[in-house]
Amino acid sequence: MKAICWYGKHDVRTMQVPEPQILNSRDAIIRITLTAICGSDLHLYNGYIPTMEAGDILGHEFMGEVVELGNDVTNLKVGDRVVVPFTISCGNCFSCKRELWSLCDNSNPNPRMLETLAGYSGSALFGYSHMYGGFAGGQAEYVRVPFADVGPIKVPDHMPDEKVLFLSDIFPTGFMAAENCNIHPGDTVAVWGAGPVGQFAAVSANLLGAEKVCIIDHYEDRLELARTQNPNVVTINFDEETVYDRLLEETGGRGPDACIDAVGLESHGTSLDALLDYAKAYAYLATDRPHALRQAIYCCRKGGTVSVPGVYGGFLDKFNFGAAFGKGLTFKMGQTHMHKYMPRLLAEIENGSVDPSFVISHRLKLSEAPLAYEKFNEKKDPWRKVVLSPN
Amino acid sequence: MKDELIECSEFEKTGASRRNVNNPERVASAVAGGALVAYGLKRGGMLGVTISALGGGLLLRGTTGHSVVYDAVGLNTNDLSATSLFGKTPKALTGTVRVKKAVTVNRSPADIYQYWRNFENLPTFMKHLESVTSVGENKTRWKAKAPLGATVEWDAELTSDIENQRIGWRSLEGADIPNSGTVELRPTRERGTEVIVTLMYEAPGGKVGEWAAWALGEEPSLQIADDLGRFKSLMETGLILTTEGQTSGRSEEARQLAHAAGA
Repeated sequence: MKAICWYGKHDVRTMQVPEPQILNSRDAIIRITLTAICGSDLHLYNGYIPTMEAGDILGHEFMGEVVELGNDVTNLKVGDRVVVPFTISCGNCFSCKRELWSLCDNSNPNPRMLETLAGYSGSALFGYSHMYGGFAGGQAEYVRVPFADVGPIKVPDHMPDEKVLFLSDIFPTGFMAAENCNIHPGDTVAVWGAGPVGQFAAVSANLLGAEKVCIIDHYEDRLELARTQNPNVVTINFDEETVYDRLLEETGGRGPDACIDAVGLESHGTSLDALLDYAKAYAYLATDRPHALRQAIYCCRKGGTVSVPGVYGGFLDKFNFGAAFGKGLTFKMGQTHMHKYMPRLLAEIENGSVDPSFVISHRLKLSEAPLAYEKFNEKKDPWRKVVLSPN
Repeated sequence: MKDELIECSEFEKTGASRRNVNNPERVASAVAGGALVAYGLKRGGMLGVTISALGGGLLLRGTTGHSVVYDAVGLNTNDLSATSLFGKTPKALTGTVRVKKAVTVNRSPADIYQYWRNFENLPTFMKHLESVTSVGENKTRWKAKAPLGATVEWDAELTSDIENQRIGWRSLEGADIPNSGTVELRPTRERGTEVIVTLMYEAPGGKVGEWAAWALGEEPSLQIADDLGRFKSLMETGLILTTEGQTSGRSEEARQLAHAAGA
């Protein structure tokens, strides 16, 4: 089958590889009908994530049709159309039972590395390096899905792929970020970053009843996109005005009640390569430069909430924790607890309140992925979200 | 000669047993010594000679790895057992290794006791074991994989058996690697059962055997952490998730379909 494989920094290739097999009794094999490239895939492309091996299959946003089942998967049948969450969860452990799906105790077969970094390991991810389990990803024609009786969600035939694909990652990610804001009536929510996650965070904040949503970026086309989706959104271009001043203006001097950092370490050229060694040696080294996060802390109103969906990997330098303490802020963060949100968001799509396909900018064939990575990485308009068809 | 695990350099005039300075220290000594010798010669005079002499001593210490001063005070920084790949200092002075690890399993103490008490189940999650078979009343025969593809066999007896609470075992006389273990089960509120495992080994050949295990990446406390992770997964999900055998671009049949972009 065709698969997109990683071979090093800026080296992604379309390969012909064997089709996946059932390896555990709760596996399923999915024939992929649509898949996408995520912003976090660019960290892999740029060589920032350690423990990648040449030949690894990439991709964690995918959907398709069940073609084979392990003996212990009883809730799916061959032919079912499913979207698969990017986190792998067993459904039986303390974390899964408490709906902390992305912190599953059992899905990472190589937990020692993350344990060294953080004390404990969370769940494995598809196509995202060996420290996250080393599972082959879904930028391919077929994929093996572990714990298939827990993860995949069935989707109705009348809903096109483009409408439901983003249930696999970015829509629930934006939604959880907004839910973590603990939105009350009258609240203003400010979102840093108008990439796909920021877009879904803004949409979700509105769905959850925010009085006002502000979105911050410096790409005009992204801010325009936010306006078309949320007519009342306040867009702030940080190249043209001071974010703090504008937010104070928009909130009568109080500051936003909740701030979402949908930027993470993405826009920074920091390397995570030495992370594991540094962790083990307890050397304190800054690897992430959290400009957006610092600003969010600064701008947030007293007693407000800072919500962080946007990936961080290492250590922060000059982190304004004093400001956070002084203002009594609440922080909520982490990898998306996918299984908690997928059914609810499928319902939102079905009843027409959201059409997630609005973030798509390019539709290509799977074999064009190497080109797509290159262009997406350049971050030039309008390469925003690329979906890939395996046929 | 089992003790000759340390590489010998061509400068080594003394036997390995006289080495009491570890390699990084030797390098530092040699470099500092050389620098002092050069400086002393350049400086000249009585002081210069003294400095050179000191430098010479350091240089000798660096090249031979033997320190007279260390001998006098009984210090040995070249004791390999004092270091470990994982930052812990194993109790290698006596050749005994003791590891203790806990994991919480979302099952009742009874379920866990049932599974563990049948020692024939242990190889399903203890990777280093090939088999455990019952050979009599409370007696079992254990077969384990040892480093470098060898196997080791021994008989063991049950030393403690409190239903749903505690299981203990001990190898019998004649075991190549005398060992014993216990597992304690503690119920929790709403979290399942805490499983606390303690294992003790007398490493083969004492310090040397431990070093060998360490060097080959089979550090006991890591191994037991992996074993317990597999046990937890087996008990909670019914399986041990694997990626062995999965497809990738590394497969022999793999071939490239398009030119790499951006390379």
